[in-house]
Amino acid sequence: MTWFEKIIPSRIKTERRSRSVPEGLWIKCPACDAVLYRAELERNLQVCPKCSHHMRIEGRDRLMGFLDEGTGRELADEVEPEDPLRFRDSKKYRDRLTAAQKTVGEKDAMIVMAGALHAIDVVACAFEFRFLGGSMGSVVGERFTRGAEHCLANGLPLICFSSSGGARMQEGLLSLLQMSKTSAVLSRMAQAKLPYISVLTDPTTGGVSASLAMLGDLNIAEPRALIGFAGPRVIEQTVRETLPEGFQRSEFLLEHGAIDMIVDRRDLRGRVATLLAMMLGRPPLVRADETSPSL
Amino acid sequence: MALSFLEFEQPIAELEAKIEELRFVTSDAEVNIGEEIARLRAKSRALTNSIFANLTAWQVAQLARHPQRPYTLDYAASIFDEFQELHGDRMYADDLAIVGGFARLAGRPVMLIGHQKGRDTKERVRRNYGMPKPEGYRKALRLMQLAERFRMPLITLIDTPGAYPGVGSEERNQSGAIARNLFEMSSLRVPVITAVIGEGGSGGALAIGVCDRLIMLQYSIYSVISPEGCASILWKSADKKEIAADAMGITAERLDKLGLVDEVLREPLGGAHRDPQEMADSLKGALVRHLDQMSQQSEDALLQQRYERLRGQGVYRAAN
Repeated sequence: MTWFEKIIPSRIKTERRSRSVPEGLWIKCPACDAVLYRAELERNLQVCPKCSHHMRIEGRDRLMGFLDEGTGRELADEVEPEDPLRFRDSKKYRDRLTAAQKTVGEKDAMIVMAGALHAIDVVACAFEFRFLGGSMGSVVGERFTRGAEHCLANGLPLICFSSSGGARMQEGLLSLLQMSKTSAVLSRMAQAKLPYISVLTDPTTGGVSASLAMLGDLNIAEPRALIGFAGPRVIEQTVRETLPEGFQRSEFLLEHGAIDMIVDRRDLRGRVATLLAMMLGRPPLVRADETSPSL
Repeated sequence: MALSFLEFEQPIAELEAKIEELRFVTSDAEVNIGEEIARLRAKSRALTNSIFANLTAWQVAQLARHPQRPYTLDYAASIFDEFQELHGDRMYADDLAIVGGFARLAGRPVMLIGHQKGRDTKERVRRNYGMPKPEGYRKALRLMQLAERFRMPLITLIDTPGAYPGVGSEERNQSGAIARNLFEMSSLRVPVITAVIGEGGSGGALAIGVCDRLIMLQYSIYSVISPEGCASILWKSADKKEIAADAMGITAERLDKLGLVDEVLREPLGGAHRDPQEMADSLKGALVRHLDQMSQQSEDALLQQRYERLRGQGVYRAAN
C-alpha cells in the first residue's frame, strides 16, 4: 500500500469493490459507517481503525489476542452445563443450550486460560456474550472459581474480561448464587494478596456487574462500554424519563468514581502488564512491541 | 386491623364476611347463632386448609408480598429485646429501605439487619417499597463490620422486590455496593444467619444474604429475577408471570428440594400475617437453635465451612 492509499478513507476505497465480493468480507462500522475489511478489523482486535469504535469480540479471540502467543492453555473446560430446573419457556433450556453450543462453538459463556502476559504468568478469563447473552449460570461461576483457585494454588494474578447481561434466568436461584460464589473466591484472592484485574467491556450489567466485575483491585473499562446494575430500559420504566446521553457508559462510570481507568483495547495488553508488574514488584517491562497500531 | 384477602382466597373471604355478619346479630336473635358461627368457622378453616394445600408458585409469591405480612421491624419487636436502631452509611445518606442495629436474641447481643417495606402509602414511599439504594447496602456493610468488631453474630432478614433501579443508584454505583457486600460477607468473622421472611428479590436480596444458614418461611420466595421480569423477557409478556414463577422455582418448598435452604419454617394456617406471634415464636426458635449450633465452632472452621458452602452452590457436569 502506498502512503497515498493509506490516507484515503477506507469507505472510498472499498465501496466500489464491495459489491462483487462474498458477503461477510466487508463490515460496516456501526458507529461511523466506514466499510471495513474483515481481516483488517480482526487484526485491529475488532476496533474500527477509522473512529476507534470498539465492537464486541469473541471471548476466545479476546484471550488469544491478549495472552502471549502460543502460551494459552484452557482450564476448567471439563465443566459443562446441566438443566437443574428442567426449565422451558417458548423453548426448552436444554435446546437453547444445544443451539448456542452449535452456533457459538463454546460449551458455555465463560472461557478460562492459563498463560503468559509479557512473560508474566497469569490466568485470564473472558465471557462469551454470544452464548445466551454471556449470562452467568452454574458453569460460568464454576469455571471462574476454578480459574481463581488455580491462581490461589500457584500464586498467580487473575484477569477477567466481562461481557454479560447478568445472571442466567433459566437456572433460577442457582444463577444468583454464582454471585456470592465468585465473590467468595475473590475474597480469598485478596487475602492471599494476589492481584485481580477486572476489565469491563460492552455490555456488563446485572448480576455480573454486581459481583465479580466490580470487585477488581483495579476496574478497567473499554471506551464507551455499557456498564450498570439495571438495564437502561428498566430504569426508564422506573423513573419515567429519558436517560441522558452517555448514561451508564464507561466515561460516566469514570466520572462517578466507579472505575480506575478507560483503556483502548489495543493498549490493554501493555497497560495490564505494566500494572501487574508494579503490583507484583517486578522490574519495568521492555515493551517495544506495544505501541498501539492506531498511534 | 381487618384481614385483607388475596384473589385466590375469595371463597374464604366470603365465609369470613358471613361470620362477621352473624356476630353482629348475635344479641337479638333467638336461634343458636353461636353454634352456627362455630360451624362456619370450622368450614372456613377446612376451606383454608384445602386452598393452602395446593398453592401455585405465583400464589405463594402473592402471599410473600401480602400487605399485612410481618416485616423486619415487626420481628425486631416480637423476637428481639432492646433493638437499638443505627442509622446511616457515614458517607451519603440513611436509606430507610434497610434497617439495622444491635439487639438481644434470647439475651445474647446480635446485629440485626433487614429490608423494610412500608405499611401505608406514606411509609411505603419513605422506605422506597423496600428497594435499597447503594447507601442502604453501604449502611448494612458498616453495621456488619461493627458486628464483626464486637463479635456479635449477624442476623439478616430478607424482604425486598430488589435493589432500586434508578439514575441515582447508578451514579453511586449500585453494582459496586452489592458486589462489595457479597465479597465482605463471604469472609465476615462472625456467624451469619439469613431468613427470607417475604420477598427475596435477586441481587438486592443476596447483598445482605450471604450466610452460614439460610432459613425460609414457608410462603416466602427467593429468585434471580421477579416472575414479572422473567416473563417479560423470556415470554415477551409480563402476563405470563404465573408460568414464569413456576418455571424458575422460587418457593421455599422447591428451593429446599434443590438443597439450597437449611430450614423451611411452616407458617400459621393462611400465612404469617394470620398469626404474627406464632410466626415470630417459630422464627425465634430457629434462630436460637442455629446460633447455638454455630457458637461451638472456631472462627476458622466457620469461615472454611462458609467458603465450602458458597463454593459448592451450582449444578453442572464435570468430565473428571
